[in-house]
Amino acid sequence: MSTAVAAFDLAETPLRALNQHLHDLAGTSGAQIRVSNPSGAHAVACGIDAEIEVDIDGHVGYYCAGMNKLATVRVHGNAGSGLAENMMSGLVVVDGSASQYCAATAHGGLVVVHGDTSLRCGISLKGGEIVVRGSVGGNSMFMAQAGALVVCGDAGEALGDSLYEARIYVRGSVASLGADCIEKEMRDEHLAQVADLLERAGIGEEVDAGQFRRYGSARDLYTFKIDNAGAY
Amino acid sequence: MCGIVGLFAKSPAIEDRLGEHLAAMLRQMSDRGPDSAGVAVYRDPVAHGHSKLVLCSADMHEDWPGVGHVLGATGEPAVRHNHALLTLPCAPSDAQARAEEHRPDLRVMSAGEVIEIYKETGRPDHFADVFALGDIRGTHAIGHTRMATESKVTTEGSHPFSTGEDLCLVHNGSLSNHNDLRRSLRKEGIRFVSENDTEVAAGYLAWRLREGATLQQALEGCLDDLDGFYTFAVGTRDGFAVMRDPIACKPAVMAETDEWVAMASEYRAIAVLPGADGARSWEPEPARVYVWERERVA
Repeated sequence: MSTAVAAFDLAETPLRALNQHLHDLAGTSGAQIRVSNPSGAHAVACGIDAEIEVDIDGHVGYYCAGMNKLATVRVHGNAGSGLAENMMSGLVVVDGSASQYCAATAHGGLVVVHGDTSLRCGISLKGGEIVVRGSVGGNSMFMAQAGALVVCGDAGEALGDSLYEARIYVRGSVASLGADCIEKEMRDEHLAQVADLLERAGIGEEVDAGQFRRYGSARDLYTFKIDNAGAY
Repeated sequence: MCGIVGLFAKSPAIEDRLGEHLAAMLRQMSDRGPDSAGVAVYRDPVAHGHSKLVLCSADMHEDWPGVGHVLGATGEPAVRHNHALLTLPCAPSDAQARAEEHRPDLRVMSAGEVIEIYKETGRPDHFADVFALGDIRGTHAIGHTRMATESKVTTEGSHPFSTGEDLCLVHNGSLSNHNDLRRSLRKEGIRFVSENDTEVAAGYLAWRLREGATLQQALEGCLDDLDGFYTFAVGTRDGFAVMRDPIACKPAVMAETDEWVAMASEYRAIAVLPGADGARSWEPEPARVYVWERERVA
């Protein structure tokens, strides 16, 4: 397997040529790709299905690393809306901040954001894992079904509204909890989960898992109950 | 959709090339708004008691020197495509009234001491070319590319909307209570020339400011009185303001360097500015008013 790094300068090469190259690698492993001058372009490195590494030098627009499978995608800059949307597996790391609905509906894999995320981080999460070194905006983890979010900073309004079985860990303050989201006891298994996620995010040394609080579903909105009609 | 941009120069070098940078930003937002484009540029203030009036004619061969003569303009009209900038030796409100009285067939795009609004239907890149944005210098500007959803694709329905002397508004989003609000504002004496929802937001701001609210208060009033989605950028004599609705589903990104402050619907419109790679960039929070004014950065 070749270890040569394939370079794509998006100031020179059309985005479709990059994404086609990545799609042509489906089923392979080991390739390394370096992307320069993304200049906020949308849909960079979307739909990868290969165990490869993609490094993007600069800021990306919407839907970067969407539907990612197996690949490691690193953004050395900020990311726009819909980062790693519907990701299936692999690792997506953003050095800067990410905009709205980061990792929305992600089924698997890990998303690490070293800055902040905007509103609706992890909305409808279906099993993916997210570690945010900064803070997350309002309505994060809305209707999240499975998976976990670790927030080293603060969380905005209505955290975990209408939550199912996903787990939320926040180190800082929570502006407010959404409907049916409550604080829950941090047991050993939860401490271990946070420590593991921080370790895999590469910040296990600097952040103490013992400082987090856990939030989860009160399970009162799971099924329709006439007593809850006012809450729908 | 729709795309909005704003650029505030902090150095003479940016002021000299303001129009060129603005045009580059608008071109990046073409996909978000291919049916119309417009800009409000702030530059070359006239002395108090004088005014700058930008008029638009349906006739590409309008006799602008003749119009200037009829309205008592000083100097030659500066023509850009089917618009012309006239300088009048009277207050902006009087200048606007003169134009409406003597040439009701022309449309008043803006009236003030500093502002110039140019807007037209058609693709943003074409707009930037035919209005020769590249040769405009100025202190700050806001711009808009439109994808019409709430009303027809017309010059009147294009942004920016003038909201009073040296004030204007651009909008990404849609309002759902604009018909009701328009009726209320008409009773307060606010005039409307289109069925456009953003014009109602502009009229709302004009009304609040007329009643004594500060720009901050007027914008915060939108949070209670406007129903819908919006990211607003407001151009003022001294700078610009940005606000997103509490749900903030319409995008906005801001960035700042020692040379400029910029806002845009998407980062790619900022990426075309000099030094964008090293800029500090962030996303404005929902329901919070951000203001840049000349004094603040001086």
